[in-house]
Amino acid sequence: MDFGLLTQFAINGLMLGMMYALVAVGFTLFFGVLDVIVFSHGDVVMVGGFAGLTTFYWLDAIYPGLSHGLMLLWVALASMASMALLGIVMARTMILRLRSAPPLNTLLATMMLGTVLREAVRLFYPNGSNPKPFPALLPDWSLDMGHLSLRLDNLILFSLGALLIVSIHLLITRTRLGMAIRAVAQDAETARIMGVNFNAIVFLTFALGSAAAAFAGIMNGLYYNEINFGMGLLLGAIGFSAAVIGGLGNIYGAILGGFAFAFLQTLGAVALPFASAYKDVFAFGVVILIMAWRPTGFIAEKTSERV
Amino acid sequence: MDTRNAPRTGLRHGLKLVAALLMVAMAAVPALAKETVKVGFIAPLTGGVSANGIGGRNSAELAVILRNQDPKAKYHYEFVAMDDECKPNIGVQAATKMASDKDVVALVPHYCSAVALSTVKIYHRFGLPVIVWGAVHPGITYDNDFKEVHRINGTMINQNEEAARFMTAQGYKTFAVMHDTTDYGKSHKDYFTKYLAENGGTVVGVFGVTSDQQDFTAELTKIKALNPDVVYFGGLTPLGVRIRSQMEKIGVNAQFEGVSGIKSDSFIEGLGPELAEGCLSFIEGAPVEKLPGGAFFAKAYEEQKFAQPAEAYGPFAFAAMNLFLDTIEKVGPDRKKIDKAINTMGSVDSIVGKVAFDDHGQNTVATISKYVVQDGKWVVWEDSEYAGGKRSLVKK
Repeated sequence: MDFGLLTQFAINGLMLGMMYALVAVGFTLFFGVLDVIVFSHGDVVMVGGFAGLTTFYWLDAIYPGLSHGLMLLWVALASMASMALLGIVMARTMILRLRSAPPLNTLLATMMLGTVLREAVRLFYPNGSNPKPFPALLPDWSLDMGHLSLRLDNLILFSLGALLIVSIHLLITRTRLGMAIRAVAQDAETARIMGVNFNAIVFLTFALGSAAAAFAGIMNGLYYNEINFGMGLLLGAIGFSAAVIGGLGNIYGAILGGFAFAFLQTLGAVALPFASAYKDVFAFGVVILIMAWRPTGFIAEKTSERV
Repeated sequence: MDTRNAPRTGLRHGLKLVAALLMVAMAAVPALAKETVKVGFIAPLTGGVSANGIGGRNSAELAVILRNQDPKAKYHYEFVAMDDECKPNIGVQAATKMASDKDVVALVPHYCSAVALSTVKIYHRFGLPVIVWGAVHPGITYDNDFKEVHRINGTMINQNEEAARFMTAQGYKTFAVMHDTTDYGKSHKDYFTKYLAENGGTVVGVFGVTSDQQDFTAELTKIKALNPDVVYFGGLTPLGVRIRSQMEKIGVNAQFEGVSGIKSDSFIEGLGPELAEGCLSFIEGAPVEKLPGGAFFAKAYEEQKFAQPAEAYGPFAFAAMNLFLDTIEKVGPDRKKIDKAINTMGSVDSIVGKVAFDDHGQNTVATISKYVVQDGKWVVWEDSEYAGGKRSLVKK
C-alpha cells in the first residue's frame, strides 16, 4: 500500500476519532460528576446538528450576504448554546430528580429521551425523515497528491475540535469552576459541605457536555455535508464505548477511546481480508475484549469506589 | 356576564350544532347506505425511506377516494394504512394485525424487500390476498408458492439486467460495487455482478456496508485507489446520499450509479442539485407521464392536494389498490373469492400498463426505465441532455 493511501486512511481515522472523542467527553463528564450514563447523548449530537442547520437557514434568510466564516461562528454558537440549555433542562427535569432512584432508572429514562428527541426531529422538522444537506461553510480548498487529498476544511474542523477539548480540559484542571466540578466528582456530599453549589455544578457539567455534543453534530454536518435524524444512535453507542474503553470519568480516556475506536473501525475496513461490512462487528468485538482485559478502561478513574 | 342566561344559551347552541351536524351527515351519506369494506395498505410511513412509503400511501388512498366518489360503486371502501418502518419486526406486527382483522379483505403492502420477505407467510396463513406495490426482491414472489401473494412491480432481476447492459453499452468497463448488507442490497449486488459479467464488465471490488452506516471514507478511499469507471450502489436513498456526498469529499472520480431505491426526490434534496447531477438510477415501470394512465393519475393526485409527492412507486400502489377494488366490485368482499379472481384474471389494463400475474403472482410485464439527474430533477435518460450529447457522464 502506498504512502499517500495510508495517509489518507490515517486522516479519515483522525477525523472520525475527533468526532467520537467529542461525544465520549460528554459521556465521561456526566459519569464523572454524577455517576450516570446519559444514553440520549448521541441524539443530543443529532439535535445539535439540526439546530445548527436551522440557524443557518434563518441567517441565510435574514442576512443573505453573510460571509461563511461569520455564518459558521453563529451556527456553532447558536447550536452549542441551545444544546447547553437542553443539557441543563435535562439535568434539572430528569437526572437530578432521578438521583435517589436506582441508576437503572436514569439509564432507561435517558434512553427513552433519546428516542423522543429522534422521533421529534423526524416528525416535526420539515421533511425530517429525509437526509438533509448541510451547507459547506468551510473553504473547499484541497491539496491533491496521488491518492491523498488534504482538505483544508478537515484541518480546520480537526483543530477546532481539538481546541474545544483542550479548553474543556483546561477549564476542569485550571479554574476554580473546574475545581468545583472535580470536587463534586470526587465526593458530592463533602463538596456541598465545603460550600460548592451542587446543582449549579451539575448544570454546568451538562451544559459543557451537551455543547461539546452540539459541536460534534456540526462537525459531523460539515464533514459529511449531510445530517439525518438517525445519526445519533450509532454515534451514541460508539461514544459510550469509547468513553468506557478509555476509562469512564477520565477526559484523557475519552479522547484515547474515541481515537482507538476510529482506528479499529478504519483497520476493520482496510486491513481485514473479509468485507468491510464487518468493520463495526470487528471494532465492537475488540471493545468487548478490551473490557475483559481492562474492566476499568485504559485510564481508570483515580478514586475507585470502595464498597 | 349574566350567568343566569348561560344554560339556555348553551342549550340553544347545542341544538343548533346537532341540527347542523345532521344536515352535514345527511348530505354526506347517499340515499342508500352501502356496505363498508376495509382495504389495507402497509408501507414505511416513518423513517429514512418514508418519503416513498407516504407517496405510496397517498396513491393507494387516492384509488379508494376516487372509488368512493363513484356513484356506481357497490361498496363503500374504508382505507386502513399501517406503518412498517421498513423494519421486518415492525412489519410482521402490522401484517399480523391486518391479516387477523376479518374486515380487511385485501391488502397492498410493502416497499421494503426485507419486510415483505418476512410477512408473505403471514398473508398465506391468514388467506389474505395481497398485491405488493414496491418491494423488488425476487424471493417475495419466487421463493414460495403462496397463492395469496402477488406483486405488481417488476423485480430487481429485470432492473439489474438492464442496468448492466446499459452501463457497458456506454463504454464503462470497471465497476466498484457497494451494497447495504440487507437481503435487498445483497441481491442487487448479486444480480448486477451476474449480468455485468455477461456483458463484459469487470468488478474491481465489492464493499458491503451496514444500513445505518454514516462514514464511508475508508471504503471510498479504497475505491479511489482502485480507480473504477463506475461506483455502483445497491441500497436505499439515505445511504446513497451519504456515499455520493463522501465520494466528492474523498475525491473519487467515477460515475455514480444507483438502483431503484435511490430514485426519489429526497435523494436530490439530500445532496443538493450540484452533487446529484449526473447520478443514474434504474427502475421498473415507466415515468408517470409515460404510463398509459399517467396523465390521469398525475391529475387526480394533484387534485387531492396531498402534502407529499407520489414518488416513483406511487402509480404502482394506485394500480394495485385499483385492481383489488375492481375485483371486489365483481366478486364481493370475500378474501377467497378475491384471491381466486386475481389469480385467474389473465391480462388486464391498469395505469401502469398491462398487468398479468404468472404462477407465482409476479407481474410479468416489466418495463425498465433509466433515469439521470439533470438540473435537480430525475429525467428519463432518453429525454435527457446526456443522451442527446449536450452533457456527458463522468469519465466519458
